Amino acid sequence: MTTTATGAAAYAPDRGETGLQEQRARAAFWFLAPMLLMLFFVAAWPLLRSIWFSFTDTTLNNLYGGEWAGFQNYLTWRELPSGRIRWGGTLADPAWWNAVYNTVRFAVISVGLETLFGLLIALMLNAEFKGRGIVRAAILIPWAIPTIVSARMWGWMLNDQFGIINHMLLSVGLIDSPIAWTARADTAMIAVIVVDVWKTTPFMALLILAGLQMIPRDMYESARIDGIHPVRVFFRVTLPLLKPAIMVAVIFRLLDALRIFDLIYVLTPNSSATKTMSIVARENMIDFNRFAYGSAQSTLLFAIIFLFVTLYIWLGRVDLTGEGRR
Amino acid sequence: MTARAIFWNTMFYIAVAIVVVVAVFPFYYAVLTSFKTGTAIFRVTYLPDFGNLNWGNYQSVLSGRNFPRSVANSVFIATVTVIAALLLAVTASYALSRVRFRGRGLLLMTILAVSMFPQIAVLAGLFELINFLGLYNTPWALILSYTIFTLPFTVWVLTTFMRDLPVEIEEAAIVDGASPWVIITKVFMPLLWPALVTTGLLAFIGAWNEFLFALTFTITETQRTVPVAIALLSGASQQEIPWGPIMAASVIVTVPLIVLVLVFQRKIVAGLTAGGVKG
Repeated sequence: MTTTATGAAAYAPDRGETGLQEQRARAAFWFLAPMLLMLFFVAAWPLLRSIWFSFTDTTLNNLYGGEWAGFQNYLTWRELPSGRIRWGGTLADPAWWNAVYNTVRFAVISVGLETLFGLLIALMLNAEFKGRGIVRAAILIPWAIPTIVSARMWGWMLNDQFGIINHMLLSVGLIDSPIAWTARADTAMIAVIVVDVWKTTPFMALLILAGLQMIPRDMYESARIDGIHPVRVFFRVTLPLLKPAIMVAVIFRLLDALRIFDLIYVLTPNSSATKTMSIVARENMIDFNRFAYGSAQSTLLFAIIFLFVTLYIWLGRVDLTGEGRR
Repeated sequence: MTARAIFWNTMFYIAVAIVVVVAVFPFYYAVLTSFKTGTAIFRVTYLPDFGNLNWGNYQSVLSGRNFPRSVANSVFIATVTVIAALLLAVTASYALSRVRFRGRGLLLMTILAVSMFPQIAVLAGLFELINFLGLYNTPWALILSYTIFTLPFTVWVLTTFMRDLPVEIEEAAIVDGASPWVIITKVFMPLLWPALVTTGLLAFIGAWNEFLFALTFTITETQRTVPVAIALLSGASQQEIPWGPIMAASVIVTVPLIVLVLVFQRKIVAGLTAGGVKG
């Protein structure tokens, strides 16, 4: 793909054809306008409205009757007659902090495992062996299955009484009695992570594989001739060259993991051990009729993700657009 | 081969076998379960009993009034979403990939950001918008809201595809006096259709699988999409989860996807990586 980089450079507008350039720029504007208008309509405007709602006392059945409430949904305090201060709002809500903890824990552990397994599978697929095509097709299957379906499938496999996982573990003797994986507070998160890792490792593997295939083969060749141990080659050559690909794959996955909703909603419903920020925000907004309060939580999630991405791109110098290389 | 090489070769193939089994087994087991009814479902088996395939679950799911309706809803919504996204994205990505203008990098970043940001952050605002437009509990509510992730995604991937088309073709067209519109429709479209198929397919899968908006913006059973229908499929009582029909429904909606993905394997991998790794 690097070979095309010269194309855009040769196309630089400094050729004195200003009239043509102007015409093209004008056309570009009209070509972009419908898309931008649509994105404003479905993304920017709803986002601004959600943030606005978070500063009001709007309810679900009276969307237009909300009044400005300041930071009431975020943090309030009231001095009780006894002199004690009572805190209110999301930032003083233990359920919210539990959700933050769950989300971060889930995102870090599952993306960490996916990166590790993804790297291993990518290395496997980068080797030449009989049946590589079959493996490649097989790992695409978890990726192709809808999240809700995989949540249901695994929910059945992890079933406490009739699940095949308990059956397997019992017959091997790893456990003495069946475990209610999705219901127990101490195993629910494990169940969610297992399913997520199963479902998204293929994506990670394919992205890392694409990075691997861009490493010139002659590098390995010369390392082999110099008699360098393969493990050393991996840590000194492969991994550093793969770093940009891994950095991009990790951020894509982290953003996805931080907003997780569907898997947890179906696999471990109403378990406070797995409720994430998206789950509690929607619960408040729609189910508990605390529309403005839920909006405050969703705004906080947005702010957290925004901050995180900015930091990641800034610190990691990740070039997501591919513009810098042109 | 030395003994050492044989050992490592064997280890490698064992690892390969584990990867394949782990990847495929859950779906295989869902298919197995979908052919069992009654108490047979509670007996764990590892191999299919071909002499005794029971289509009961499929019959009950497909003869029910709501599930076929959900499938039809999903097909309609995903198709319209994809067509709308592709129409808007082709011209936009031409401008983004081929015309140099100020702020292009920033615009690209913004588009990428929109496709990545948490859907929950716009839920309240979209809920209001959809109610305002009177679309609540209609397919159009979902078509509108799915644009938020399909449109940036298609623009992004098509832009990376178009950047890789040779400039000479376009330059020749410019020399011949072709306008940008002619360049897009007459010069680029024929070259671009494989990319359109790939992006369209990926966007289709995205729309087909979406859950949060589908759950929030529909209320009646007849308006549900497939993921919501499967998530909320319940039995006669709360305690009794109808695993057989759930697995049958899951298999029905997953088999077409798996077939599509396997048929378009190479293209899909190319599309996915175009969204991520460019270098």
